[in-house]
Amino acid sequence: MESLLVRYRNITLLLLVVFAQVILLAIQVKNKSDVRMIRVWSVTAVTPIAQAVEGSRSAVTTFFGNYVSLKDVREEGRRMRVEIDTLKLENQELKSELAMSDRAKALSLFEARTPSRMLAARIIGNLNGATNKVAFVDRGSNAGVQKGMAVVTADGIAGKVLESYPTASQILMVDDPGFAAGVISQKNRVRGILMGVGHGKCKVEFVQNEEKVEVGEVFYTSGDDRVFPKGMPAAKVTAVSPGTTDKQIAADPLGLQNGAEEVLIVVQGVHQEIPEMAAPSPAVYIGPDAPADKTAPSTLDSKQPLLTDADRLREKYREVGEAQNHKFGEGTPGSTPPNFNLPVRPAVPKPDAATEPPKPEPAKPVIPKPIR
Amino acid sequence: MSYSMDDRVLLDTERESRISHFRAWVLILIPLLALLFQFYVPLLIPVLRFLEIPLLITIYFGMMRRSQVGGLFTGMVLGLAVDSLSGNPIGMVGICRTLVGYFSASIALRIDVEHPVIRLFVCFLFFLFDQFMYWVLRRALLELNVPFDVNQALLLGALNAVVGVALFHFLDRLKSRV
Repeated sequence: MESLLVRYRNITLLLLVVFAQVILLAIQVKNKSDVRMIRVWSVTAVTPIAQAVEGSRSAVTTFFGNYVSLKDVREEGRRMRVEIDTLKLENQELKSELAMSDRAKALSLFEARTPSRMLAARIIGNLNGATNKVAFVDRGSNAGVQKGMAVVTADGIAGKVLESYPTASQILMVDDPGFAAGVISQKNRVRGILMGVGHGKCKVEFVQNEEKVEVGEVFYTSGDDRVFPKGMPAAKVTAVSPGTTDKQIAADPLGLQNGAEEVLIVVQGVHQEIPEMAAPSPAVYIGPDAPADKTAPSTLDSKQPLLTDADRLREKYREVGEAQNHKFGEGTPGSTPPNFNLPVRPAVPKPDAATEPPKPEPAKPVIPKPIR
Repeated sequence: MSYSMDDRVLLDTERESRISHFRAWVLILIPLLALLFQFYVPLLIPVLRFLEIPLLITIYFGMMRRSQVGGLFTGMVLGLAVDSLSGNPIGMVGICRTLVGYFSASIALRIDVEHPVIRLFVCFLFFLFDQFMYWVLRRALLELNVPFDVNQALLLGALNAVVGVALFHFLDRLKSRV
């Protein structure tokens, strides 16, 4: 037996190692858990080197970029000195526009504009296969990044945090087949699920054939998934075709359209309204809104007929409050409420000053009836 | 290094195969660099996304060291590292690379793997084997019903094999002379 084991030592070891990995896989799949320790080891081994390499590359690129920019600015300045003031001004505007087009600035502008609290991060590596699209950013749990946080760019959503490690975080990109986000279309308010299909493409699932979706329409996040705040641009529809029960909708993710070197991690999301569509044809004249009819009764007008008991009760409470100078909703807990038992003088309609002079009427004393 | 058409390919005995030795830093640094390449380079040059450098390194160390146990563990470590960086369930690539490491060492005991043409074929076949095993595991263990793109696998296998031969030529220079 011993000689048999020695003879087949290698193949036995192979079977044991493969079997151990199958067991590991089975545990992960069954419990839907993760072997975090191995991931932490790998990430800790690779990300510091990747950060150093990326830092060196950025420094070299920035140095040469600055050198070239400086040289350009100097030459431009020489030219500008001989040009007229108008051209100087134009040049300044162009430069300002160029600076504005810089991705980092656009990102920071977006960050300042959006009400959500965000954290800027740089992508330091990715591991894209035929099926999976994940990336690593240089911000981890030490910077407050948590698993499940949304990742966006100035153009739209880019992914979500798959795992957070001390020095880096793993991002599941929006085009990964495992990615899903609740979305709603801008024009027809059709709800669906945005899912990645790989190769920089997405699809919108669970939209019934009866619902209307057009090519070119933009889907925004609906906020239903509790990952992405409502109102962020998600994807633009590129093709729509009817399916068996649901539409087949292909879409381009908006967050990746200009690449994603710098991203923003949504630390604290704030829902926003989905913007309305712009006017479809600017060539057609559309007049201003008609002025409001002042004679028409408002729905909030208290002079409306009291139709229900609730209306009558509300009206009574309002009168009680007015009679005692009490404003409902302003008192602190424990403060004295208005006395609802005091009689309220019925409201006398004011006469029209233009047509009828005021006639003072003597107040009639109220004589209570004796109780028998 | 020149090879004629009448070079012998099959070895008569296992003893005939020459075991290559590497310094410890080579055995640690090269796999780490392979992981770094897989992790970082596609970010800068997306075209190079097709390259499976950790797989090629697994094949190389398996073949050159001619140790089935060594190849097995090299493949397992590199595979698990790729799994942990890629977001896969840990073990998917690990199992494939473990088998690749073991079988590449087994082949090197029978065939003269110093020949560039042999290396080309070995790289090509192991790439296909790795992709096929990965596809099988995804269907069997994860119940993911994904198609196996044969044309893409053949094309990527050929490209990786060509890069593999060049890479192996470079790595041969890192062998320690015993």
